[in-house]
Amino acid sequence: MVVMDDKDLALVAALRGGLPVAPRPYADLGRVVGITEADVLRRLRDLQDSGVIRRFGAIVRHHEAGYAANAMVVLDIPDEGVAEAGKRLAAEPIVTLCYRRARALPDWPYGLYAMVHGRDRREVEGQVAEMLRRTGLDVHPHAVLFSRRRFKQTAGCYGRERAP
Amino acid sequence: MAMDRTEEDDNLPHRLLDGCQRDFPLTPRPFGALAARLGTTEARVLDAFRDMRKEGLVGRIGAVYRTNTVGSSCLAAIGVPLERLDEVAALVCSFPEVNHNYEREHAFNLWFVVTAPDQARRDAVLDAIETESGLRVLRLPMLEDFHLDLGFKLSWS
Repeated sequence: MVVMDDKDLALVAALRGGLPVAPRPYADLGRVVGITEADVLRRLRDLQDSGVIRRFGAIVRHHEAGYAANAMVVLDIPDEGVAEAGKRLAAEPIVTLCYRRARALPDWPYGLYAMVHGRDRREVEGQVAEMLRRTGLDVHPHAVLFSRRRFKQTAGCYGRERAP
Repeated sequence: MAMDRTEEDDNLPHRLLDGCQRDFPLTPRPFGALAARLGTTEARVLDAFRDMRKEGLVGRIGAVYRTNTVGSSCLAAIGVPLERLDEVAALVCSFPEVNHNYEREHAFNLWFVVTAPDQARRDAVLDAIETESGLRVLRLPMLEDFHLDLGFKLSWS
């Protein structure tokens, strides 16, 4: 477990709105948090090296990029087979995210999730069906949930602006 | 200046997105570093990012965190009667801790993510949504992540 101090948490909070689009953005962040530019850079590198930050870069909004068809594929696979199935789906080029989540029985038996984005719904439907058939996972109960309306898409409420 | 624009500049947004969805430069002048890499100027790179943010193509330049390292998040779903969907979606959006909220085609038709600095606050938000909507909230916390997040592979056809 990585230990983060108040300055780290304040930096995470300051970064929530995004890196300022300005020539010296880390110096700008530092002024908000009350640390130097060099300290901002050191802390961000440490967070990245320790794996707390998985990815640091431009966050593309799929819909605006022309990828309007967004399918959440969910499968009910016996616990002992979930990890293998998850690794298999994660390796598929059309899958952008792949998770195991807690089931919510009895209403929601599905524990494995794979996200697929595409430009066209029919195309995504075909790709998902083909993928499930080829991997043999179509024998398990599953559902494909396309998104309809997006009500909100922002950054997560991480970090702390003030020490608790 | 428009006269100086080259074909590479017209492609600049695409080239930037192909190259900086991960490992964004951690150097004092990151936009200058990207410009040097792509053979253009810092000012043009800054303009391209401002445009992409205005168009909504880029939500932000920022960090994606490993789940539950900084704060605590949970996917949740509600089966909302259609005539109440707008009202309940607005209630869910009203919490700053909700960062994604989508309608999906299913009996469970409202899907959202709650992210808070700690699990107690996360659960308090889920409880509040349940109480205020009068609807059961499915709580679907992540147990395992199988995918290495490399950003979104765009094809510019």
